[in-house]
Amino acid sequence: MASAPHIAVIGGGSTGIGIARDLSMRGLDVTLVEQGNLTHGTTGRMHGLLHSGGRYAVADQASATECIEENRVLREIASHCVEMTGGLFVKRPEDTEEYFQEKLAGCAECGIPAEVVSREQARAVEPHLAKDIDKAITVPDGAIDPFRLVVANAASAMEHGARIETHTTVTDLLVEEGEVVGIEVEHDSGSGKRVHGTEGGREEIRADYVVNATGAWAGRIGEMADVDIEVRPSKGVMTIMNVRQVDTVINRCRPKGDADIIVPHETTAILGTTDEEVEDPAEYPEEQWEVDLMIDELKELVPMLEEARTIRSFWGVRPLYEPPDVGSDDPTDITRDYFLLDHETRDDLPGMTSIVGGKFTTYRMMGEEISDHVCNQFGIDADCRTADVPLPGSEDFSLLRDYMDEFGLRSPIGRRSVERLGSRAEEVLKTTDPNPVVCNCEGVTRAEIQDAIEQSGSDLNAVRIRTRASMGNCQGGFCCHRMANELHGEYDEAVARQAWDELLAERWKGQRHALWGEQLSQAMLNYALHATTQNRDNDPADGEPVDFAAFDAGSTPAQSSGESGVAADGGTEHGD
Amino acid sequence: MAIESEVLVIGGGLAGLTSALSAARTGEDVRLVSYKQSTLRSASGLVDVLGYTPDGDGPLTDPFEAIPDLPETHPYRTVGIKAIRDGLDLFDDAVPHYHGGHTDRNALLPTHGGTIKPTARYPASASAGLASDTRDLLLVGLESMTEFDAPHAAAHLDAAGVPFDVRGVTIQFPGDLRADAKVTRYAKLLDTNGEVTVRGRDRPVREALAARVNTELDEEERVGFPAVLGDEHPGAVRADLADRLGADVFEVPMGPPSLPGLRLEDALFAALDEAGASIETGNPVVDFDGEDRIERVYIEKNGAEIPNTAEEYVLATGGLVGKGVQSDREGVYEPIFDCHVAHPADRYDWFENEVFGDHTFARFGVETDDDLRPLDGGGDVEFANLRAAGAVLGGYDLAAEKSGSGVSIATGYAAGHSAGQEAV
Repeated sequence: MASAPHIAVIGGGSTGIGIARDLSMRGLDVTLVEQGNLTHGTTGRMHGLLHSGGRYAVADQASATECIEENRVLREIASHCVEMTGGLFVKRPEDTEEYFQEKLAGCAECGIPAEVVSREQARAVEPHLAKDIDKAITVPDGAIDPFRLVVANAASAMEHGARIETHTTVTDLLVEEGEVVGIEVEHDSGSGKRVHGTEGGREEIRADYVVNATGAWAGRIGEMADVDIEVRPSKGVMTIMNVRQVDTVINRCRPKGDADIIVPHETTAILGTTDEEVEDPAEYPEEQWEVDLMIDELKELVPMLEEARTIRSFWGVRPLYEPPDVGSDDPTDITRDYFLLDHETRDDLPGMTSIVGGKFTTYRMMGEEISDHVCNQFGIDADCRTADVPLPGSEDFSLLRDYMDEFGLRSPIGRRSVERLGSRAEEVLKTTDPNPVVCNCEGVTRAEIQDAIEQSGSDLNAVRIRTRASMGNCQGGFCCHRMANELHGEYDEAVARQAWDELLAERWKGQRHALWGEQLSQAMLNYALHATTQNRDNDPADGEPVDFAAFDAGSTPAQSSGESGVAADGGTEHGD
Repeated sequence: MAIESEVLVIGGGLAGLTSALSAARTGEDVRLVSYKQSTLRSASGLVDVLGYTPDGDGPLTDPFEAIPDLPETHPYRTVGIKAIRDGLDLFDDAVPHYHGGHTDRNALLPTHGGTIKPTARYPASASAGLASDTRDLLLVGLESMTEFDAPHAAAHLDAAGVPFDVRGVTIQFPGDLRADAKVTRYAKLLDTNGEVTVRGRDRPVREALAARVNTELDEEERVGFPAVLGDEHPGAVRADLADRLGADVFEVPMGPPSLPGLRLEDALFAALDEAGASIETGNPVVDFDGEDRIERVYIEKNGAEIPNTAEEYVLATGGLVGKGVQSDREGVYEPIFDCHVAHPADRYDWFENEVFGDHTFARFGVETDDDLRPLDGGGDVEFANLRAAGAVLGGYDLAAEKSGSGVSIATGYAAGHSAGQEAV
């Protein structure tokens, strides 16, 4: 072909970004648009489980088999995003032996390595498990950072020539003579990196093919060309603990149900989840009972959760889909499988395919299948390489190197930086300038923040998901202003102030669901620091002009330089 | 044998220290016990009385004018204007190096975030930074201190419309301090004017610091630094720098750990010591005996519960931050005496959805009678000889109003005074 076909991918979650990487590696020309940050929709709101497939081994063996395959692939290509914690399916006395045996057999049938361990063995691995559990099954579950994974996929896609536009909303599908020929978008703030205050604008992006990878939002895109895509969005809560009560993924060994998993994630543990169908993936109630349920159910497995501190909760929306003829009433009955909807064969609308359903763990496999499908449209015969080529950050990466000395960082800050950055550590951390810590809870240094700013513009929430800065115990109380400080210089004060406000608002959103005990105390401290010490709630730069002359001019106005300090202290060495 | 005193104050923050001082000045035998580090080390060291009304009007030029219109449940209404003034007099007397005491008007000071805020009293170290002063100003930040970015703060102050030209520069602190050195490390080095090595030459740190700032100074008459200018001898550090710069020198108050807050704490403890009170720090009050009156409290020390008795008690254990008010998923409570703390039953009614919304939790605390004695759910006095002061009190939002220090001083003064009189 003279020039490669241009593919527009809508959606910057794991699926869309996986497709963009795959297609661009195969030599196609790709433009990806995302309405918010990367991971803004469902991907950034998951529990961080790298499935072994064990959870689906009884009820959905096709999904289980895919999971274990992709689990093995991601450990190789995304090693800096994955922590192989291992997982346990824990049986309590009230859980049936029959299901336990079904789980064990199911794992064997799907090729998932699984072994039975006694109560004593399980508690030796996880001492905070309840004393009265019966036994458990070990499986190769792991923890995965969805932000880091998506950012690394985006970096790889861009290396292969893809254009990625965040904060860009699709306003229409371009349809000519019954065929989709592109998309019309609205940029929030110009194209390229986001910079607050930069004027946005409309753009027509013509494409040879459009892929709708918008998950729970797929129906919205479909409507623009009058096709029905009946995604059934289902919400689930995730409650974040302040520390890792467990270092292994803990699953309850019983048929599907709410509040049955604890995933260790970075410095935290994440409790999940619920499964409730919602009308609108962007607007749904976030309810107290859901948070309470996580604690009250999961304390059966790990009793210390009852008194433990949670730092926030968030909700995600699963993009569930089932063919219209199935008609499940209960969202928990809807398959977790994914579906490729070719609108040419389905709706007589050539030029676009939607991908719906599916799971984060199998994002790469979904990307491969849809990329094959797209290549077929153009008669392109190109092999998928995404399972073989490591992501940026996971190349030749060995934790054995002692980065701490090399970059002048103390443990554990050095270790944590290197774990996040993987093989990019040297490139990011090697600086001759002072490299102080900006976020103490997560050990994030200036160099890492500056690297993220370079990638994502003035958007501090995008910096946050790249670095974990402001995601620890204090939830930004001590570091939001420091992050805003890091923006200044590259960006002017008004831009930094807007980004700062946005970060404060985002951090508050999730904390609202954790406001009791220690975290309420933390919230009051944060409020006092931000409102009392910084007066951010009444910032005169945002409000009415102040009549400065009306205020107190001081009891001992300084007359000449050098004397006021001494005079004020009565000439003593002490002063204040 | 119980440890005895006439007045026992529980809590070593601004309210507890003021209560103890106030009671000691009535001539009584006073004992103060405190457990954890006080919240003063998290506070800026500025002493606010009232910067904004509960409706958000402000910055107020005259807090005393606005106080009569506060809601009746506000602690200022409970103690009244006279107690506020008497409390401030006591404070001014105990901490003479604080400024801003000669009028009722608020002063405006720059914050480390680049905004300005109204406050009633400020340490001498901050005084050359007044935002109503029209002299041009240079802010100096330190390269490895992420807490304060001087060019950013300067641009922000400019956006706030300050009546002077303001510039910010970032310099590297002379010597070889680690990138994440604590504020006390800078302060101690400046206190002792220790030698630092600059381009292979040893020089006293103040001289080396001033030399770096001098290359940046462009006829500004005052220079602001982050609040690291000395711990023991801040006056001398500022005077020396001012001399070398030919400009006034001040500190911009910062977040925790806050040297101005720590200095204020030291000064108040010294004043209390001088007033003859006995002080015990580091041990918690864990239990008490008494029905209508408190007979004794128990202080845990090395695993033993030591009884302490007094005629009168002052509860100054702080609010949510200081843990004088605590909560769980079911409710909000006062942990030592289980005094009633009113709160909505549904914890989703404790907050607003906006980050700076009118949060109910910010007003959590005990309600009292006119004599600051906590009331139970039915409106009756919990204990005849227990008074409450400071952030353990409910009914005011210290962060939005900028009233935290003032309420602690006014109610601390009133509770201590009343306890001292009653104990006679």
